[in-house]
Amino acid sequence: MEISRHNDHIEISELDPFLAELLRQIPASASPDGVPAAEQRLFSSPANRKETELCAEWKAYVEPELRRLFQSATETVAADLEQLNRNEKSLANRTLRIPAKHADAWLSALNQARLVIAAKNNFTESELSDHFRSPIGSRRDLSLFQINFYGFLQEFILRDVGA
Amino acid sequence: MIPAERIILESASPIPPTARHSLFELAASYVSVSTMSREPRRGIGCRAQSKETEGTTLILEQTGSVTTAEPTKETRSEEDLDLPWQVVVHNDPVNLMSYVTMVFQRVFGYPREKAERHMLEVHHKGRSVLWAGMREPAELYVQQLHGYLLLATLEKIS
Repeated sequence: MEISRHNDHIEISELDPFLAELLRQIPASASPDGVPAAEQRLFSSPANRKETELCAEWKAYVEPELRRLFQSATETVAADLEQLNRNEKSLANRTLRIPAKHADAWLSALNQARLVIAAKNNFTESELSDHFRSPIGSRRDLSLFQINFYGFLQEFILRDVGA
Repeated sequence: MIPAERIILESASPIPPTARHSLFELAASYVSVSTMSREPRRGIGCRAQSKETEGTTLILEQTGSVTTAEPTKETRSEEDLDLPWQVVVHNDPVNLMSYVTMVFQRVFGYPREKAERHMLEVHHKGRSVLWAGMREPAELYVQQLHGYLLLATLEKIS
């Protein structure tokens, strides 16, 4: 895989089928549906539970806005990922171009996916710090690899976006 | 952790006594800005406290004119009475350090060094107070931080 920066886009080329599949899974991985721990992480409490009025207002008015925000980001990413579904030989390497104006959506979707995967697997801090764990021998190992791969992409996009 | 007093000095500009009425208006104006799709809050005025004051000379900044006000009631909003609240960000082993730094720069407009200092405080001490002041803008900050998926809470300073 090669990743390079251009004027108006980031290009990820030489994507092998495995990494391309991991990218395709970003929108699905970002969904907290059916996993209370992930739901709780994406929509965390804005204050101590004793602040009942504040928490209730938040749930009623702010949380729906956050849901729309997160969904909009994953939809943008899903649309960009359509590039990987073009009619090419299934085992051929692919190229993905991320428009610069979609960088924030990608940062959000990658972050959602990382948080949801971590919550689903209940990873410990030491597991998350182990960036060189290999080989992938289980579903859990694969999930950790996925988190690290998405983190690598985030880092690269961050350098492009800045503050 | 940075003492709360220091945060207040850094984040809240001093408000001269003559600007208290402006402060009240500012607090009210935040409601429509910060609450996104929220319905208007039920009358802030209804929750205000009043007390009698002596006649006061007010300088109207917009027109530059000087006028003498009749003895009137000074109103203080709930936000004044509730001061101060603080915005706290908590540690999260998943979010990248560079990402958290970028978020602090964007949301609070902090220079990179200050944003990194707060990020490291979150990382090493588990939490950092990012801002302190009135409740409405504090809520807005927490909302933005949640939009970036950081673990942030609003706390009343006891």
